[in-house]
Amino acid sequence: MAVGETKKATYTIPIGPIHPALKEPIQLMLEIEGEKVVNTDVLVGQVHRSIEWLGMNRNNPVQTLYLAERICGICNICHPFCLAMAVEQAANLTPPDRAEYIRVIAAEMERIHSHILWAGVAAHEIGFDTVFYLTWRVREEIMDLIEYIFGNRVTKAVLQFGGVRRDITAEQLPRIRKSLDYYKSIFEHLRRIFLEDRTVRMRTRNVGILSTEDALKLLAVGPTGRASGVPKDVRQDQPYSAYADLNVKAITPDIVTGTVVGDVYDRIIVRLLEVKQSVEIIEECIARMPEGPIMSEPKVPRLLHLLTDAAGEGVGRVEAPRGEDIHYVRLEAGQSTLATWKVRAPTYVNLMAVPTILKGMQIADVPIVFASIDPCQSCTNRIVVTDKATGRKSVVGYEELHRLSVEKTKELQR
Amino acid sequence: MNLLGENIWINGVIIIVGSAILVFIGGAFGMLYRGIDRKLVAHMQGRVGPPIVQPFRDVQKLLMKENIIPDGAISWLFNAAPFLALISTGSLLLFIPLFGQSALLGRYGDVILVLYLLIIPSLAFVVGGFASSSPYATVGAQREMIIMMSYEAPLAVVVLGIAWRISQVTTANPFLMSTIVQYPIWNMLGPVGIVGTLLMLFTLVVVTVGEAAKVPFDVAEAETEIAGGLLVEYSGRNLSLFYLSDVIKTFAMVSLVVALFIPYNLSPVLGIKAALAAGIVDGLFFLVKVLVVMFFSISLIRAGMARFKISQASTVYVIVMTAIALVGMLLVWVDVVI
Repeated sequence: MAVGETKKATYTIPIGPIHPALKEPIQLMLEIEGEKVVNTDVLVGQVHRSIEWLGMNRNNPVQTLYLAERICGICNICHPFCLAMAVEQAANLTPPDRAEYIRVIAAEMERIHSHILWAGVAAHEIGFDTVFYLTWRVREEIMDLIEYIFGNRVTKAVLQFGGVRRDITAEQLPRIRKSLDYYKSIFEHLRRIFLEDRTVRMRTRNVGILSTEDALKLLAVGPTGRASGVPKDVRQDQPYSAYADLNVKAITPDIVTGTVVGDVYDRIIVRLLEVKQSVEIIEECIARMPEGPIMSEPKVPRLLHLLTDAAGEGVGRVEAPRGEDIHYVRLEAGQSTLATWKVRAPTYVNLMAVPTILKGMQIADVPIVFASIDPCQSCTNRIVVTDKATGRKSVVGYEELHRLSVEKTKELQR
Repeated sequence: MNLLGENIWINGVIIIVGSAILVFIGGAFGMLYRGIDRKLVAHMQGRVGPPIVQPFRDVQKLLMKENIIPDGAISWLFNAAPFLALISTGSLLLFIPLFGQSALLGRYGDVILVLYLLIIPSLAFVVGGFASSSPYATVGAQREMIIMMSYEAPLAVVVLGIAWRISQVTTANPFLMSTIVQYPIWNMLGPVGIVGTLLMLFTLVVVTVGEAAKVPFDVAEAETEIAGGLLVEYSGRNLSLFYLSDVIKTFAMVSLVVALFIPYNLSPVLGIKAALAAGIVDGLFFLVKVLVVMFFSISLIRAGMARFKISQASTVYVIVMTAIALVGMLLVWVDVVI
């Protein structure tokens, strides 16, 4: 170093795996210079549960469908929806039209509750707890509606290969309309809170910027990508299920502000408008929903037999609240489980953008910026155990995990 | 209330006993007000909220918990900081008029001393943070220092403004609390001066939020960012001492606002002459004044805003609030000139 030249010392702050800003375990190693983030390393793999392994070794496909709901508590429609589409493609099943509409209604309700949940979390991250409580109270309306229609608030168990398990009856429609009207009536209120409040704007404008080029380069999906001005939406680009009848347009923030910045504020805009869009989609679905059966094969034993005999490959793509979800499935004739099942949740790709959007931010920005991609760790985690000494990699399976957890429990009991 | 006669020994005993009682009362009322604040904010947020006695239970629970000292910490400093914080906040109460009475040691210290004493608890927090060897605490301590330096300027301007206006009407030391109480600022103002004083009151209210380390100025603790910052490594008894010093500091700061801007008593208005009755009435009226000031300066603000970043919080104090206070001071001056 030359005379008079100084070098700024950096230090490392770990955020996670357990930290108040994170709702699920993940570790961000932040290299900090003063209050500024210089570099970020994202370490995933803290909540692995061997779900794919279970689907390929222990469960029959119908059981796997309900296991898929449990990949993530929030995306409990989009994962089974995606898996159902993949299996239906592989086994040549065609769900009836009415079932497709009910699926879309369920998926859009999920999007409404997920986005409002995110808004609350985001408010909490910037220390605005009043808004956090307000939005979660607003969210209760859609949760009650989901419970009313599908019988459960969270895991709804409504999908089945070749259809859905519950119909939406004519008596239920007034209740649905009431909830939708409620969201339409409070939309303006939410918009004022999130888009016009000074402190919210101070904390989110020009924070965590992901430029359009970076979004394209890092393959950001869902609201994260759309907020950066990439009009990418599976519902628009490759309409699946009943979306083929509907005309969904990807929402980008320039609709409201006229420009695309790609910051946290833009992500709020996109999610807020998507809530409104989802309400409209549900309304349209209710209006256009045809009469008819809701399942192509109502008898489960026969369905299982059919799936055991089937052979082929299928890919399901669904626009989850966080972005594009992909399930790949391969069926082999005579095998009662899925031969191959691969889940790629949207957060998996969006995590690639995290080091970019955190660069140059202050520590205070880290929680809201990281939360702005709406990360979902439980969707994302895979486990590969690497033995550093030998460099050997191995996958921990069900028996091994079970044995380890029994050991741990015994150890704790002592 | 002249407690201090000629005998130095009696004086000493009175001061020690009085201080102990005062710290005890300050702590009890501080916790009570913290409970009320939490309840009010909970209702504003559409929650039921904890019972009002919750802060007492929190302290009780903390005292029963293990007192953990991290391996990397400088343990004597780590343990000393909570005591330093509590003692300095306790001594604040000796110099601020409480319950409608003059301050216990009001003759020996003025507003300037109070301003200095207000810094010490913050310094104790900073020392404790740095001593705990956690990166979160280090960041929190740095932030606390910045925020502390930031709100000093507007605070000083407000105090100077009031003292200067009072010095125009009396030859007594305008910085003495007794003088400030004797010559309430509102009584000597024209319309322009009232606007100016309102601006200074607003500044002091915003400074109170920073002193009490509440949203939007709770950057040094910032739960979602640095996991409690300064206090991240503290637990058990040490944390309860910090908690107590925090509630007492809030109580003292709000009492300071009351003393500077609402030094009125109810008993002369009601015509109560008996010393005991007047004392009770004034004491209760003081509690109401504190409640009102606390509601506007802490509860309402923290329910209605998001947390600032440290750079933003600093800007708010150093530039915006100082400017507002200076304008207020200027208006008070204009009021005198015209």
